[in-house]
Amino acid sequence: MSAQPTDTSLAFFRERFDLDDARLHGALGTALERRVDHADLFFEYTTQDAVSLEDGIVKSGDRHIEQGVGVRVVDGARQGYAHSDEITVDSLQLAARTARAISEGAGGKTAVSVCGGSRHDLYPVEQAPTELPVGDKVALLSEIDAFARSLDPRIQQVMASLVCVHKHVLVAAADGVLVGDVQPLARLNVQVIAADGGRREVGYEGAGGRFELTRLLDPEAWKPQVREAVRVALLNLEAEPCPAGTMDVVLGPGWPGVLLHEAVGHGLEGDFNRKGTSAFADKLGQRVASEGVTVIDDGTLPGRRGSLNVDDEGTPTRRTTLIENGILVGYLQDRLNARLMGMAPTGNGRRESYAHLPMPRMTNTFMLSGEDDPEDVIRSVDRGLYAVSFGGGQVDITSGKFVFSATEAYKIEGGRIGAPVKGASLIGNGPDVLTRVSRIGSDLELDHGVGTCGKDGQQVPVGVGLPTIRLDQVTVGGTEG
Amino acid sequence: MSAPLEGREAVARALERVRAAGADQADALLVEGDSVEVRVRDDEIDVVKQARERVLGIRALVREGPGFRSAVTSTSDLAPEAVERMADETAALARATAADPAAGLPEGGFADDLPDLALIDPDDAGLSVEARIDAARRAETAARAADPRITNSQGAEAGSEAGRRVYGNSEGFIAEYATASHGVSAQPIASQNGSMQVDYWTSVARRWADLEDPAAVGRTAAARALRRLGGRRIATTRAAVVFEPSVARSLLAHLAACVGGGAVYRGASFLAERMGEEIASPKVNVIDDGRLPRGLGSKPFDGEGLPTRRNQVVEGGRLATWLLDSYSARKLGLASTGNAARGAGSAPGAGPTNFWIEPGAGTLDEIVADTPRGLLVTSLFGHGFNPVTGDFSRGAAGLWIENGRPDRPVEELTIAGNLLDMLKAIDAVGSDLLWQGRVAAPTLRIAEMTIAGE
Repeated sequence: MSAQPTDTSLAFFRERFDLDDARLHGALGTALERRVDHADLFFEYTTQDAVSLEDGIVKSGDRHIEQGVGVRVVDGARQGYAHSDEITVDSLQLAARTARAISEGAGGKTAVSVCGGSRHDLYPVEQAPTELPVGDKVALLSEIDAFARSLDPRIQQVMASLVCVHKHVLVAAADGVLVGDVQPLARLNVQVIAADGGRREVGYEGAGGRFELTRLLDPEAWKPQVREAVRVALLNLEAEPCPAGTMDVVLGPGWPGVLLHEAVGHGLEGDFNRKGTSAFADKLGQRVASEGVTVIDDGTLPGRRGSLNVDDEGTPTRRTTLIENGILVGYLQDRLNARLMGMAPTGNGRRESYAHLPMPRMTNTFMLSGEDDPEDVIRSVDRGLYAVSFGGGQVDITSGKFVFSATEAYKIEGGRIGAPVKGASLIGNGPDVLTRVSRIGSDLELDHGVGTCGKDGQQVPVGVGLPTIRLDQVTVGGTEG
Repeated sequence: MSAPLEGREAVARALERVRAAGADQADALLVEGDSVEVRVRDDEIDVVKQARERVLGIRALVREGPGFRSAVTSTSDLAPEAVERMADETAALARATAADPAAGLPEGGFADDLPDLALIDPDDAGLSVEARIDAARRAETAARAADPRITNSQGAEAGSEAGRRVYGNSEGFIAEYATASHGVSAQPIASQNGSMQVDYWTSVARRWADLEDPAAVGRTAAARALRRLGGRRIATTRAAVVFEPSVARSLLAHLAACVGGGAVYRGASFLAERMGEEIASPKVNVIDDGRLPRGLGSKPFDGEGLPTRRNQVVEGGRLATWLLDSYSARKLGLASTGNAARGAGSAPGAGPTNFWIEPGAGTLDEIVADTPRGLLVTSLFGHGFNPVTGDFSRGAAGLWIENGRPDRPVEELTIAGNLLDMLKAIDAVGSDLLWQGRVAAPTLRIAEMTIAGE
């Protein structure tokens, strides 16, 4: 059995930056010299590397090291934050003094005791993804290029990249939390452009997660991925303009779960609800979805892109039910918003890096399976749209309006899948859209590990999942009136 | 640990070491910055954030045959031993990639005049955190005071960044410039009959003194949120679409991406085969100019040390030039246009500097008054633009125009078309060019688009 991630991370920072308990106590003590509610330190050391291919050659490799510490002081709802890319005693003290400048109150020390640990070990890896020899990564991309081009002469361009991250984090908080984590993350992207006559279309398929990199390097894994990207590009060469208007929509399983992420997930984040700025504010205990709809956020799924042993405030992640059988039952919380709302933290306090404040964020967000046969769900629609894959989406938290764009979609005519359509987008209202769910398939799938969520300028990796579902009367944006 | 390297010394040390490690050509970029950001909400300080950041990027080019193998690394650890270790790794990493005949530094022509583009005002160095708190507070207070229906707020923000970029390469070029940017913004929430609407306004400038009055920013944001109240859906239709300058600029951003050399040589732009052709209405002139004084995208030299310049991208509707760095220029058999964009952690790539559509005639109000029936778009969201095909389909909200009067708020709509058809159908270009970033546009009207609703 390998060492716990906390121990590994603690040892890493102790050795690399000479960070002993006395220094952590010292910085926290400075941050806490005035009476405040909370203070914490977030240390990070991240190695990221990437190789990328286009025009048939792996033309560049890159490697980046990012290190730093962020010091936060919280007083009521106020937060002071300072960060530095130097991890030294001086910079820690300076950051701590800057951060505490938000609090005007008189002095009074809070005791600092250090203990703690993480319960999970969700992504133990033998070899960090950034440690695999670059030659192996280069060879993989060249094979992918040749394979994609061999599948169809209409494939004109292949762009592939392999991005690997190895991140050490350590959180030390004034209430005694001292917890670290070591977070591997890898992602393989394959994008192809197919051309036929004057027409050009793109196909993309990605895969990734927090696991041994060898999993992505296995031809049994990457060949189907490449075939998928090629299939989508060729399909889109045949796609017709999308009809516009209100119609019944069937979403396929897996990645279309991005609907949950945009339409309801963001609106259930604690900060927006504490401030009363979410369209879901004050709806706890009310019906927000059809009967049978249960939506979960779960940061504890082994090896998933959205999973974490602990969040970026040191709280162990967990499985949180957001909507149970159509009723809103939970919010996603970080420490600050949980405290101010009198709720418990849910392990959803996340940040992009040491240069950012934590906020409530999703991990892996999905809807549980229902009982319908997925084929019956499609057969139930007379005239509508079957959307299988999406590009990206966006939501206005306050009005609840969301939009997202399909990258693979088909007309449904007389209960059967018809011609592929391009340029489809779905638009709707978050608190309303899940009340339009009329069928839930038995085929929950999680996405392939490519999701990135942006909030307030911060990007974090996330996962989504969905069974096949039918939504009644949704607005579809297209060009055909 | 030794003291971190600074400025030109860091760049010079990295270049020397990466050459010694086997790079035939190399360049290095140091980006340093200090930032302060504050947010005020409910008249209380919500967040105060301060930071100092530095990152050094190193690129190694190892000659093979007619081309180079290359790699890019970056580090925020600037201790001399860390920089040297990174330089060694960069050269080693480059040797693992394949030779690319189009790779390499520019063949010469590095910037020898470095005009002062007024990208920083030394007087702003003394601004306190309190000055930003005061600006944010004034913006929020003005927004909340604008109308009793402004009941809540996502807060108001004010902030500044100041720093410098030092770039050097193995051809002997080394130069630096300092920049700053300041901003103030407000995001108030209006509510009525249990439904809420948020909107946003911002002012961004190189000098603190050039920012719009924070109270005016707050009032504009409030007026924008208020006019969305009571928004309805409309039936799916085809009609004229007027874009306010603050949303028209996102159409220009799509165009900028599609005239960038990278998208063109990859065949990933719907314009790739259309150089010299009519791609827009004759009313459309698009400029990219990296030397606009105080421009938010200005720089005296680009990410490869070449002088920036003015390029007319679209001339009377005709596509006249791509935006190129030296790599995409070689791929296309052309010359760089001085448009290499570069972050410390990335290889150069072609991108816009200050990119705008030249103003025409008429204000937003005049163009709306001249529109018998259509949609005035005040908000666009979602990511529904495909650069390979030009297909555009995004979420929209705004005001419905009937007989020239924008009286009825509408929402939960999508507007869709192909960007090429949309550019050709532009039948009004306003005089009201608005800079909120490095890509800017005046009011634009497209004669007809599909608007999807109920």
